[in-house]
Amino acid sequence: MLKSIRAALAMSVITLSAFGASSALAEPLKVVASFTVIADFAKNVGGDRVNITTIVGPDGDAHVYEPSPADAVAMAGADVVLVNGLHFEGFLQRLVDASATKASIVTLTKGVTPINFKPEFAEADAAEGADTGSGKTVTDPHAFQSIANAKIYVKNIADAFCAADAQGCDSYKANAAAYTVKLDAVEGQVKAAIQSIPEEKRVVITSHDAFGYFEHAYGLTFLAPQGVSTDSEPSAADVAKLVKQVQQDKAAAIFVENITNPRLIEQIASETGIKVGGTLYSDALSQPDGPASTYIDMMHNNIAQIKGAILGS
Amino acid sequence: MDVLYGLFIAPFADFAFMQRALIGSLMLSLGACPVGVFLMLRRMSLSGDAMAHAILPGAAAGFLLYGLEILPMTIGGLIAGIIVALGAGAVSRFTIQREDASMAAFYLISLAIGVLMVSIRGSSVDLMHVLFGTVLALNNEALALIGGIVAVTLVSLAIFWRALVAECLDPLFLRSVSRLGSPVHFIFLGLVVLNLVGGFQALGTLLSVGLMMLPAAAARFWTARVEPMCVLAVVIGFASCVAGLLLSYHASLPSGPAIILSAGVVYFASILFGTRGILRARIIHHRHRTA
Repeated sequence: MLKSIRAALAMSVITLSAFGASSALAEPLKVVASFTVIADFAKNVGGDRVNITTIVGPDGDAHVYEPSPADAVAMAGADVVLVNGLHFEGFLQRLVDASATKASIVTLTKGVTPINFKPEFAEADAAEGADTGSGKTVTDPHAFQSIANAKIYVKNIADAFCAADAQGCDSYKANAAAYTVKLDAVEGQVKAAIQSIPEEKRVVITSHDAFGYFEHAYGLTFLAPQGVSTDSEPSAADVAKLVKQVQQDKAAAIFVENITNPRLIEQIASETGIKVGGTLYSDALSQPDGPASTYIDMMHNNIAQIKGAILGS
Repeated sequence: MDVLYGLFIAPFADFAFMQRALIGSLMLSLGACPVGVFLMLRRMSLSGDAMAHAILPGAAAGFLLYGLEILPMTIGGLIAGIIVALGAGAVSRFTIQREDASMAAFYLISLAIGVLMVSIRGSSVDLMHVLFGTVLALNNEALALIGGIVAVTLVSLAIFWRALVAECLDPLFLRSVSRLGSPVHFIFLGLVVLNLVGGFQALGTLLSVGLMMLPAAAARFWTARVEPMCVLAVVIGFASCVAGLLLSYHASLPSGPAIILSAGVVYFASILFGTRGILRARIIHHRHRTA
């Protein structure tokens, strides 16, 4: 009995691997992505040749994530580990050490020009330890919020996949090029949407300061009471400043994000009489049936929400 | 005059959120500080922190059933907190184990169940981040919740005052003269949970545990009698709330820590200068020796 099972298992392994070989590779490349945005990029570049495990899932908060043993197992067995870097994933170094993985850890923000948080919020964020040595300037890790940077991510992913799997290099490069064309199109739409908003109205309040790169690239100002990490607590002075800005008609719309506590934003909204717009997606994509299940959907969703709220107010 | 107005009145006059923060934190002080005094006298000062962990399974159950809604998560948290407090209280009451050990055991079990439930859902949103409020974001429901808790707390304290004092200072005596001993013990634990969980939801953990314990601990250095101690604790709580909010407004500091650190300053001053503090005790001791 046992023997026959073993034989059956052996047969199935053989057939499975034969099936795999027909698609040019014995086994897909095992890729671990630290959070959903990177996983989406990797899926677009890798296609069928990669098998992606995402550590911080949809609507999850990478700032406060606690890894599980399953994450360490995935990490240990991975061929390539894709991370954002710039201290976005606070849990990451511990997980890499604990899993003793031999995979190459690829930091996708390599080649991105980092920007710092705006000084009025940087003080509160300095405690987060996102940057050391330079005193009050803190590097903003949310580089993927600019589509120009997303293209750098995609290029870095393609390079990493080529290094790990030379056979598939051509297909990775081709996928990356095709995806970059799509990203270019989205970037054009975002720029056009912002052009359609009057210049003095391009100010938006969100619950945590994740849109620095978006602001830098596309000329829309974001104000936030909470600062870089969802962990920090706002001061009364921050909130008072935001209320004043809205009252002086300097901010036209207010939003909650998918991963943060909405109560503070709702309080500011009720104090100023401004209406809360829809949900912006910043650090995590939505569930597959949500409005922002891919990076491109996320950018479409965010710009549509922003434009609708500002022009509607 | 204008300077004083600008420093002390304007922040509250100009901004509704500051008024709400002030009202909410003052109300919480009114209820939580006396409860803190009794907790301290019963040597259960650390149970507030334990409770912050113990409510996780209730909050998680609310989250699993209703998603990220504040009300079901708060009610779930209340139920979990009451089960843990009453369970721990019952074990300490009816077995040889003391309250600190049974509380530790119950809250750890509860925390483990909570982590398990959150993991089953597979979401990594920090539930406690969502459940725990901040004093700057008090909405009408949160204010009403705190108001209700304060009313229940004050009425219960007024009714059971003598029994509570006896229960805290000499539980065996109370049990020997009255059948109220056990019920009063459990009513008191219920009040603790109510104040803590309501406080977590409205103000966050640090602020609600801190406002409960620090004023009580500071008041202990000024008097040995329970009534003045409770009144003094409430006064210290009020002063810390006002000072902390103004500090947070003018110096751009996070509000919760600012309020608690104000109470911390009062605590250290009380250690040094209180009528039962270090310096006074030294002086009296010295006189006694030379006399």
